[in-house]
Amino acid sequence: MSSETKQILTTDGIPLEVSLKKAEKKNKIKAFLLVAPLLLFLIITYVFPIGEMFSRSIDDKMITNMLPKTFKEMEKWDGQELPPEEVFTAFYYDFKVLVDKQEHGKLGQRLNKEKNGFNSITKKLFRQVKRKKIDESTSIKEQIMKVHKRWRNVEYWQAIKRTAPPYTMSKYLKGMDMYYAADGSITQVEEDRRIHRILWLRTLEIAFFVTLFCFLMGYPIAHLLATLPMKYSNLLMICVLLPFWTSLLVRTASWMILLQQQGVVNDFFVLIGLVADDNRPEMMYNKVGTYVAMTQILLPFMVLPLYSVMKTISPSLMRAGKSLGGTPFVAFWKVYFPLTIPGIGAGCLLVFILAIGYYITPALVGGASGTLISNQIAFHMKQTLDWSFASAMGLMLLSGVLIIYWIYNKLVGVDNIKLG
Amino acid sequence: MSKNPEFVKFDKVDKSYDGKVLVVKDLQLDIAEGEFITMLGPSGSGKTTCLMMLAGFETPTHGEILLDGNIISNIPPHKRGIGMVFQNYALFPHMTVYENLAFPLRVRKVEKDEIDKKVDKALSMVSLNGFETRMPAQLSGGQQQRVAVARALVFDPAVVLMDEPLGALDKNLRESMQYEIKHIHESIGVTVVYVTHDQSEALTMSNRIAVFNDGKVQQLSDPAELYEKPVNSFVAEFIGENNTFNGEVIDIAKDKCKVKLANSEILANPISVKSKGEKTTVSLRPERALINPTDKMDNMFTGKIEEVIYHGDHTRVRLNLLGSSEFILKVPNSTSNLELKVSQDINIGWNSTDARALDPK
Repeated sequence: MSSETKQILTTDGIPLEVSLKKAEKKNKIKAFLLVAPLLLFLIITYVFPIGEMFSRSIDDKMITNMLPKTFKEMEKWDGQELPPEEVFTAFYYDFKVLVDKQEHGKLGQRLNKEKNGFNSITKKLFRQVKRKKIDESTSIKEQIMKVHKRWRNVEYWQAIKRTAPPYTMSKYLKGMDMYYAADGSITQVEEDRRIHRILWLRTLEIAFFVTLFCFLMGYPIAHLLATLPMKYSNLLMICVLLPFWTSLLVRTASWMILLQQQGVVNDFFVLIGLVADDNRPEMMYNKVGTYVAMTQILLPFMVLPLYSVMKTISPSLMRAGKSLGGTPFVAFWKVYFPLTIPGIGAGCLLVFILAIGYYITPALVGGASGTLISNQIAFHMKQTLDWSFASAMGLMLLSGVLIIYWIYNKLVGVDNIKLG
Repeated sequence: MSKNPEFVKFDKVDKSYDGKVLVVKDLQLDIAEGEFITMLGPSGSGKTTCLMMLAGFETPTHGEILLDGNIISNIPPHKRGIGMVFQNYALFPHMTVYENLAFPLRVRKVEKDEIDKKVDKALSMVSLNGFETRMPAQLSGGQQQRVAVARALVFDPAVVLMDEPLGALDKNLRESMQYEIKHIHESIGVTVVYVTHDQSEALTMSNRIAVFNDGKVQQLSDPAELYEKPVNSFVAEFIGENNTFNGEVIDIAKDKCKVKLANSEILANPISVKSKGEKTTVSLRPERALINPTDKMDNMFTGKIEEVIYHGDHTRVRLNLLGSSEFILKVPNSTSNLELKVSQDINIGWNSTDARALDPK
């Protein structure tokens, strides 16, 4: 065969490829127009907010804009000893502008996050500036240093210098219980203040065990669903789907009724003599409550992908396994189970990803020891209003999910996922 | 070695799924060692149920199944040592051809060298050497089928069950696979129980055929007898083609009876009629009726050609004969062929021994 491939022409002499493209073009445009609304929707509701979240999480422009002259002068300062007169002067003029715009408070708050103690000394400085006590004709450095002794401390000036770049990773560090030390190196917070790391680990732990429990319970259900005759499997399917059609809040609330200390489950335990009436176990406002409620709520997400995969496995395969001499267990383990792996992968990934970002249920039944990282994010969104920190943690969660997805892809292969 | 004529025995087996309808009724069937027996019947006739009971996937509601003299009703499928070929092959899709074949040997803890040898032998039997590392999805339907056959045979089972194994193949492949399975059976002498609804498949392959209908074996005999001498009108109708006349016996002797049709009388061979006045359906194979019979035949009539259909090796002629316009005649394609034209009158004759008076339909 010759290696040269002759260009094939259509009857009217146009190269075949060209006319094929021409013929396909209309279809391609049509196809694109059909997906365009969804694409637009995704960009508006998904890509754009995530980008916004990202920029917010690293954004530190506010202070850069507040102290433009200072940062310019600071570029020349080596940061070892107290800054020279020019820096003080530039800071004074920047500050004066802020006082006129009444934005000096924001500056104080922002700097206070960088180093404790800034709030009070900026207030002091504000009073001096407001009363026009600062004489602009003599050394401004001397006068500022007299306002408060902290203005004489080089660490405070170093803190200001650290805020100069318009972007910062400090929120991400904070999410991992770390911070920039005075010399700019990354340091861990003291051991008794590492709350976020505990939360991350707990989130992973709870997500892992919820996934495990869902798998252990969902697998037999899915198998039953796939093998029962139609009239029974339909009924069972409704039982599985019923929670889907019930509000999440209602379901969580009913778990609260069941699990509380004077609740139905505890009453039953007392009735059958499992526990003493005056020693009822706490099953809510701790991890137990979170496990129970989340497993129940996420179970359908495990059952459905498993079911859809099992439905496609011909019952004759198990029969073949048995007729060829495999005990029921061998036939299951060597034949049936490997074929359900795509469903297991899909179900576990789905449940794990949902569990890792779960919010309402742990908030309601989790108590102090059962709350997850998402509750912390909500806390910063609603209580402290530190949205940039909330964004940073949200993105860390998102990247965690992506990493899990990547690992899964390496281990099992995403092509093997079957959702139905 | 004398062959056991009752190697597999169904002893008064009943099977019901819902407690209302009997799918298999009082089945009595002996299968000899080394025999190729086919269970033939329309869908829902109970043939697959019989196979499933033999394999152990269904339990008889009543009666016993014996394998080599031992009752196996309570033995689970994996301990019966019966090979099975499934309708849709049931190859394990996540295993290679080699692993599929090695599966029954591995669960029996056979040595690795022995496994290699047996798998190799089984694959050469179905001429698939060199396909060991392929996945089932990479094989064609015919190749998958051959792998399934090899897998059912690789562990040397005493009995191999085949549940419509060729149903999914196209016609040419099906025919060549029929011969291949037949040859494998002949060369290794395993007992085969084959289920199909395709009568030509059954006739080609089997030593004996059990025709199932309505949960019962209608006739159990070798292919030639089944075709030539059907014992009832269901078998006559189900196997091959068949011209029928419905009528009433008006005279009966030892090997001849006179049957009165709507407006004529024919002579027939009394098979299941005993006395005068009985209703009967007379069955006649199309190739047994001749055009312009030269020798003296005891049934001679004149019919009008309604339709002529050319089939290559033969021509089918539909006649209006004895008040029925559905009489089919098969004329072999030979040089001395007559000019057959529609609405032409022709003389037809057949021997009364070929016209079997069976139970009324």
